[in-house]
This record gives sequence, C-alpha cells and structure tokens, in this order.
Amino acid sequence: MWDRNQMAARAAEELEDGWYVNLGIGIPTLVANYVGDKDITLQSENGMLGMGPFPFEGDEDPDLINAGKQTITELNRTAYFDSAQSFGMIRGGKIAAAILGAMEVDEKGDLANWMIPGKLVKGMGGAMDLVAGVGRVIVVMDHTNKHGDSKLLKECTLPLTGKAVVDRIITNLGVLDVVEGGLKIVECADGVSEDELRAATEATIV
Amino acid sequence: MKKIYPNAAAALDGLLRDGMFIAAGGFGLCGIPELLLSAIKDAGTKDLTFASNNAGVDDFGIGILLQTRQVKKMISSYVGENAEFMRQYLSGELELEFNPQGTLAERMRSGGCGIPGFYTKTGVGTVIADGKEHKDFPTGENGAPETYIMENGIFADLSIVKAWKADETGNLVFRKTARNFNPPAAMCGKTCVVEVEEIVPTGSLDPDSIHLPGIYVHRIIQGDHEKRIEQRTVREKA
Repeated sequence: MWDRNQMAARAAEELEDGWYVNLGIGIPTLVANYVGDKDITLQSENGMLGMGPFPFEGDEDPDLINAGKQTITELNRTAYFDSAQSFGMIRGGKIAAAILGAMEVDEKGDLANWMIPGKLVKGMGGAMDLVAGVGRVIVVMDHTNKHGDSKLLKECTLPLTGKAVVDRIITNLGVLDVVEGGLKIVECADGVSEDELRAATEATIV
Repeated sequence: MKKIYPNAAAALDGLLRDGMFIAAGGFGLCGIPELLLSAIKDAGTKDLTFASNNAGVDDFGIGILLQTRQVKKMISSYVGENAEFMRQYLSGELELEFNPQGTLAERMRSGGCGIPGFYTKTGVGTVIADGKEHKDFPTGENGAPETYIMENGIFADLSIVKAWKADETGNLVFRKTARNFNPPAAMCGKTCVVEVEEIVPTGSLDPDSIHLPGIYVHRIIQGDHEKRIEQRTVREKA
C-alpha cells in the first residue's frame, strides 16, 4: 500500500518533460516534490505560470499566493496574468494535465469533488473548469473512505464536478484507467494483490 | 477629465445606490479593493449584489459588508473561508449563485467586451448546467460534436478594483498574483473605481507594460493597504 508521498511520487511519473500542469490541493500539491529532472511548469489558476516553492520565513509577499491562498514564490520563468486569461488557457486545452483530489470517481470517468449535500458548501472554485478543459485529468485519492467504502463507484452519488472527464486514478492501492466499459487496472501498489484491489473497488473492472 | 479623488468616500460619491450590482476584483484576500469596500460599509448602501470570486473573511474584504447585512446576493466560485457568510446563507438571509471560477472570470471579461453570452464546456453534466441552453459544436476529434452550455456576460453597475500603480490617466499596473480578477472586474462595470498603492505621473509608466489601459478606469484613489495574508505558508531553511 502506498502512503501520501508514494502516491504523489507515482503521480509525478505521469508528467512528461515540457508539460504545463495544474496541481490541486492536498496530495496533488506534493507531486511537485517528485518531478525530478523533468521540465515541468506549474500553473496556479489565480494567475501564474511557473510557481515556485513556499517562501522562507520573512520573505512572504501578500501579492504572491497560490490557488490555495498560500504564500509562494516565483521562478525566473514565471509569468503573471489575469483570471480570464488563466482560465482561457485552461479551457483552451493549453494545460497538459491536472492532478486533483476527489470524493468519488465512477467507471464512466465522472468526478465528484466539490459538494456534499446537507454539508457546508464551499464552492467548486476552478475544479469544473479544469476538468472540462485540460488535456489529461489524473485523480489522486485514497481508494476507500473513512468507513472503508470504495470511492471508485459504478455511479457517483454526489453532485458532479464533471462528466466523463477522468483519465487515470491513482490511489493508495494502485493505478486504474477509465476505459470503455469500466476501469482497467494498470498496476497494483507495493504489497497489494490484484484480488485486494478488485475487492476494494465497486466500479466494474474490465 | 480629472480621475484622481482624495479618498475612497469621495471617489464613490454619487455612484452608490441600494440594490446595485457591483463587480469586485481580488482572489481570496489578495488584490481586493479593501479601501473601497470599507467606504461602502461606511456609506451604508444596502441590498447589494456582488460578483466576486470570494466573499472575504469575517472581518476583512466583503466579509465586513456581510456583518452589516449590506449584501443581498453573492456570485462567487468559492466562499469557504467565511463563517458569517455560511450562517447568513444557511438561514436564507443571503442569496448565493455559484459560478465555476473560469466561467465567472469570462462572464466579467465578455460583459466588458460587449458580449452578452458565450458557450463553454465547463459545468456540462453538472448542476451548473441546469436550465441553461445546451448546444453541440464540432470541436471534437475529426469534427465530432461536443456539448457546450451558454453563460451570460456580466454587466455591472459599478466595478471596484485594486491595482499596484496608476498614472493620472488611469493606466494600471498590477503586481504578481494580485492581478487575478481585477482586470475583468474593471472591464464589466458601467463605472470603474480603482484604488492603488501609488499614483505616478503620466508618462512615467512604460506604455508597453500597462496591464489595463485607462479607458476602463473612471476614478482613482491612492491609499495605504493592509494586504492581509490568508494562509501564511513557509519552508524551513536548509
């Protein structure tokens, strides 16, 4: 079974040299630590390409934050732009991939990650634009919820962020692709058997 | 025409009325028109509708107008940082229209460009698409049809934005990620009031480096900004 950092490291393998990539909040943020020598430019949808690491204490700049509202730094390649242009490049398919967290994914690639009815609704932010616009949507999440129920479903039960948008799912138990007819196992995490992966998955595995 | 005003109250004089529609720049607490929001609070204008990506926090940004019950409706993409907002929303005192972030930005931009509607893939198949016009375009592989929904441009009564520098004619320069929603918000209002950290003499900005031309800007004030940080995050020195 993979831990958060191993999931992030596995997700980083998905990224190709030269790609412009948007990373979501949570485990996806950790992916930046594992890109190695690949030339990856990170987009922050509040208006920045070429996002650098967090600042050292004392160097925080209130005018320089990421989409999670955290203080960050710029790089020598950084470019700034407004929100309309930022989502223009997202909607226009210029961002090669987005790596996002999720509450549920189903076998048709539907994604739910913004709202639980009856609970506090915070909003979708840029998630709906990202999944509708970027080249490849990679979900990184735990395979089951805290009750032990599968988060890879036959059909999402929560309000959708996007319909048929997910390409690949990386969980603590393995890697699965959304294909015709269901999910296809790409690999199992260290120490996880294919039977265990199947048993933890509600979605049809083809 | 002189665009420079002595303070936020003077710059808003004659522009505020109950029930009006205001587009505000900013992302989180970054690049928000904090001085103009404070002046709207002091003016006591009521039943306001705001198009703004966020609603501030309880005691800063649009949050200060929620405390005084001056806001009737918010059009936003994310409001998670504001407890008073949630209380008013859940009790039915406040209307909320969620827009995907890019749709909100494009609604402002297109409204400012005289475009009353546009089609987007964002939100197709979700609750956002409910009741909206759907239309297929041959944008898929080999001309395969893909479904889009129509969204409306925003035409606001007033724009309030924050920039870093302005010259005396209203040409604006923003700083880093504080640009965010400010240019599209500035474009979509009938009147645009801008607060800046510094007004510089006309001619001192490089014409090739202006982010928003002064044609969009009607009134300017200079002032001191708190520029609060919402999530101070640092790394350890190695």
